[in-house]
Amino acid sequence: MKFIVLVTANKDTALTAAEFERYETGALPPCEEFVKMIAYQEELVKAGVLVAGEGLRPSSLGARMTFGKDGKTSTKDGPFTESKELIVGFSILQVKSRDEALAWVSRAPFPEGTKLELRQLFTDDDFASVDPTGELREHDAKLREQAEKQHAKS
Amino acid sequence: MDETQRRIAAVFRIEWARLVAGLARFVRGDLGTAEELAQDALVAALEVWPQDGIPREPGAWLMQVAKNRALTRIDRQKRWDKKEPAIAQAMEDRQERTADAIEEAADDDVGDDLLRLIFASCHPLLSAESRVALTLRVVGGLTTEEIARAFVIPEPTAAQRIVRAKKALAESGAAFEVPRGKELAERLSSVLEVVYFVFNEGYAATAGGDWMRPALCEDALRLGRILAELLPSEAEVHGLVALMEIQASRTVARTLPDGTPVPLFEQNRARWDRFLIERGLVALQRGEALGGTPGPHLLQAGIAACHARARTPEDTDWRHIVALYDQLATTTPSPVIELNRAVAISFAHGPAAGLAIVDELANLPALAGYHLVPAVRADFLSRLGRKADARAELERAASLTRNDRERALLLKRAAATQN
Repeated sequence: MKFIVLVTANKDTALTAAEFERYETGALPPCEEFVKMIAYQEELVKAGVLVAGEGLRPSSLGARMTFGKDGKTSTKDGPFTESKELIVGFSILQVKSRDEALAWVSRAPFPEGTKLELRQLFTDDDFASVDPTGELREHDAKLREQAEKQHAKS
Repeated sequence: MDETQRRIAAVFRIEWARLVAGLARFVRGDLGTAEELAQDALVAALEVWPQDGIPREPGAWLMQVAKNRALTRIDRQKRWDKKEPAIAQAMEDRQERTADAIEEAADDDVGDDLLRLIFASCHPLLSAESRVALTLRVVGGLTTEEIARAFVIPEPTAAQRIVRAKKALAESGAAFEVPRGKELAERLSSVLEVVYFVFNEGYAATAGGDWMRPALCEDALRLGRILAELLPSEAEVHGLVALMEIQASRTVARTLPDGTPVPLFEQNRARWDRFLIERGLVALQRGEALGGTPGPHLLQAGIAACHARARTPEDTDWRHIVALYDQLATTTPSPVIELNRAVAISFAHGPAAGLAIVDELANLPALAGYHLVPAVRADFLSRLGRKADARAELERAASLTRNDRERALLLKRAAATQN
């Protein structure tokens, strides 16, 4: 099974707020922390558990979109100064159980105050109960294929 | 099991292989004792961790406890043997060496230990099934029950296999060392064989059966990935990992909901897992970047990658596939590879070219009575518009196969070719 780990920065305490600020300026973490993180990631890779993972750039480079009626969208450019919490990174782990995912993540060298969320990923088979003949998944897959083709052209 | 126990069990799974590996070196390759000491440490953890919490470095904690147990055993042995002076002397010598080993071990690389363990559990003097069972137990950390379910054998049989394997290793006096040079290549192929065997058992399992069998694919993938980090300069390891990642990417598309297999060219490629394909392509690149003559796993991975990169069957780079089969036919010549090569040629240069090759192959004694020869011939004939000949070949193929499902499929295709 696969889990996504969503790491967030928050403004809950003075300590974490300072970290939040530093993150939003785009500054990289202090060398020591960085080295520990790399070492931890290496452990995950060596164990054959890490499937993917990236850091997210500060919100100033991002955008938020809200969907209204009739598919209309409204976009707001970053930075999101009013946000108390921001996702700063993610990784995807392939493990045998939820407990294994928790065990791995609890070893991460995150600083005090770090919050993260683990969520299990859907696999195609999970949709079987609402889509017994597989028709909907076929259709969904074709749409994804189209989207990929368009992406490939651009 | 309550939450704490489950959490502790998950930590054990993570630490298990390295724990057994490190202990195996202390006890000079005696896997049986190493496993016992590891189990002792786990029992101790189950007593202490629920109160004190899981330590920050659980591996180090377990290793320390297991080491202490090892020393206690030696002390006990020492006191008993003081009664027998001759034995006592021999024991003392051995204890000195063991104590030295424990000292050395403190500084040695954990990776090497794990590698030693893997090479030991995959030793060629063990039978294939023993190697598989032992490796899944000491490296994979699967319980005997899980191994039994995975291979659909009674639990006592699985347990026995493992016990006998450990005994055979101990009696053989095989050194608990990572092989070097030429020996490494030979022993490595034995290891890769075990890993790929486990993968294929999982891959061949039909959907809807016991989930333990498809989970074997994940076990094999993990073992392969671990090996790739331990032996990064071995191209065949990356080749095997690439092959497994790419094959695993098709798991969902390979079967219909009722379990009927879907041939490669009829699979919905949008349902191939792109994460796994990406990983496979990266592994392939790592293997190819090492240079040298590509081995069979790397070549097969290259072929799988060609299919993985093609958005539709029409996009397939058949010429590249033919080139890879040419190399494969030289490295590991086999009639089946020749047949696959003929199929690739038929797509690269047309069915007539393919037919010419198969006609030659059909004369080989090794392929006499092999049902896939007429089946492939039938495909080429059909594509050349020779429907009646194609149908006759399919019927002949059906008569040659001993697999009922296969025969039914071939006869169905024969009937359909009539039109």
